Amino acid sequence: MSVEAREARQPWILLSPALTAVALFLFVPLLFILVYSFWLRTATGADQAGFYLDNWREALTDAFYRDILFSTLRIAAITTLVCALMGYPAAYFIARSKGNKAILLLLLMLPFWISYIIRTMSWINILGVSGALNTFLLWTGIITDPIQMLYNETTVILGLVHFLLPFMVLNVFVSLEGIDTNLEDAANSLGATRWETFLQVTLPLSLPGLAAGGLLCFVLGAGTYITPLVLGGPRDAMFANLVFEAIITQLNWPLGSALSLMLLAVLGVLVMIYNRYLGMAQLMKGLG
Amino acid sequence: MGWQLIRGWAILVYIFMFLPVAVVVLLSFNASQFGSFPMTGLSFRWFIELANNEAILRAFRTSIILGLLTALISTTLGVLASLALVRYRVPGANAISTLLIAPILVPEVVLAVALLLFLNFLGINKSFTLLLFGHVIFTLPFVILVVQARLISIKRDVEEAAMSLGASPRQTFFQITLPLMMPAVLAGGLFAFTISFDDITGTLFWKPGGVETVPTQIFAMLRNSISPEINALGTVMIVMTVGLPLLGAAIARQISKKSGT
Repeated sequence: MSVEAREARQPWILLSPALTAVALFLFVPLLFILVYSFWLRTATGADQAGFYLDNWREALTDAFYRDILFSTLRIAAITTLVCALMGYPAAYFIARSKGNKAILLLLLMLPFWISYIIRTMSWINILGVSGALNTFLLWTGIITDPIQMLYNETTVILGLVHFLLPFMVLNVFVSLEGIDTNLEDAANSLGATRWETFLQVTLPLSLPGLAAGGLLCFVLGAGTYITPLVLGGPRDAMFANLVFEAIITQLNWPLGSALSLMLLAVLGVLVMIYNRYLGMAQLMKGLG
Repeated sequence: MGWQLIRGWAILVYIFMFLPVAVVVLLSFNASQFGSFPMTGLSFRWFIELANNEAILRAFRTSIILGLLTALISTTLGVLASLALVRYRVPGANAISTLLIAPILVPEVVLAVALLLFLNFLGINKSFTLLLFGHVIFTLPFVILVVQARLISIKRDVEEAAMSLGASPRQTFFQITLPLMMPAVLAGGLFAFTISFDDITGTLFWKPGGVETVPTQIFAMLRNSISPEINALGTVMIVMTVGLPLLGAAIARQISKKSGT
């Protein structure tokens, strides 16, 4: 074999283990559950292979699934919005700070490394009946009996924001850092106020980072399973909880497959729209 | 004026991120037998109970073994793939990168269901093996992103110099490239370990009955109520997950200082 041919083959040899793993453990399984979603669950023993539309009919028409899908998307959207409102100014502060940016960023990223389940349950210590907030309010005399603040949609969103905010801050920070500050100086020297400069120069240039952070918050938020179980009430189930219920509790694998693919399709459309307009490179910048 | 406002807002965001975590640490030293306020005194008793809790120790062992194996496999696959993407002109490199990071973009529940059902079809039931495959697949994208970002900064000149001085490609790789890559490899491995150690959603789908990792153990304990033991466990986890990356960063800096880059 010629040297060139060997050179050309080398990257494929290096890539093949990772590509095989992703193909075998992600793409083939996804195709498999697509096939499985058309199978039929039988009362006795093994699922019936074939082409039945029953699971899809149930998943798509049952009001129960639709309502939970919508409330899941609503929760994810509110979470994303709150992350943007909280995260953008914080990222701006870090990016334009004259202090040690690396330390400021590292500090905000630290919770990102702390166990998700611990961070989620930590809110029980704050908002629980005998949590910090109730204890404080009782001590000040504002209330005489502890209030139950936990186990509703608001606390689910609170937990999600706490989990996802670092993704937003990091992505916005990366794109703010990439802006040539001369552009801002130029706008200022041409008579723009600081606020005008921000609205017309900085904000538009940082939109790719904001979009990348937003996409991550939305996709991760909409796919969340644990947060509603720890911080939500019995009526706050999200779509991933339905999937778990179908697969693990009811062992209805064909229906669970259909529900999984429904979630994937909804979120996949968002990812594709994002990819169409901004490309995956932006997303990888913020993650790496 | 505007800047003051932004700074105030940022400080509030920092407080929001840290307050709940700080309260976990504070309450873990609470002498009271309830895992909540008021604090009745400082005590290490919950850490001692933790150290004697067989279920938690077993969960730690499982998590650590799983994390180490995940890191080993994921880093090996990730480093090879990153080398190919950074060092070679691969046709369709963008599409390949997207394929390789796809596991991040697929919701974890969906990935968990797909892998569970497919491997079950192949005759692999809920087991440690399934857990390991699952953890490898969702840590791989992070390893690739981290390693790629660091590989780009290594200059090819040094390798070319070694080769022109007569080193074989193999010698060049082991004596030049690998040592230069070490910080990237360590960072990737550490990232994989931490993500594996922290995972709960996929793990709940894949783990066989009776096997618990630290997060699933905590989750099971939460079903009752927050015991001070959970807060103590939380403190241990915080020290581990925050301490390890910082330690890793320090080691990486030390290595790169020594190699003079």
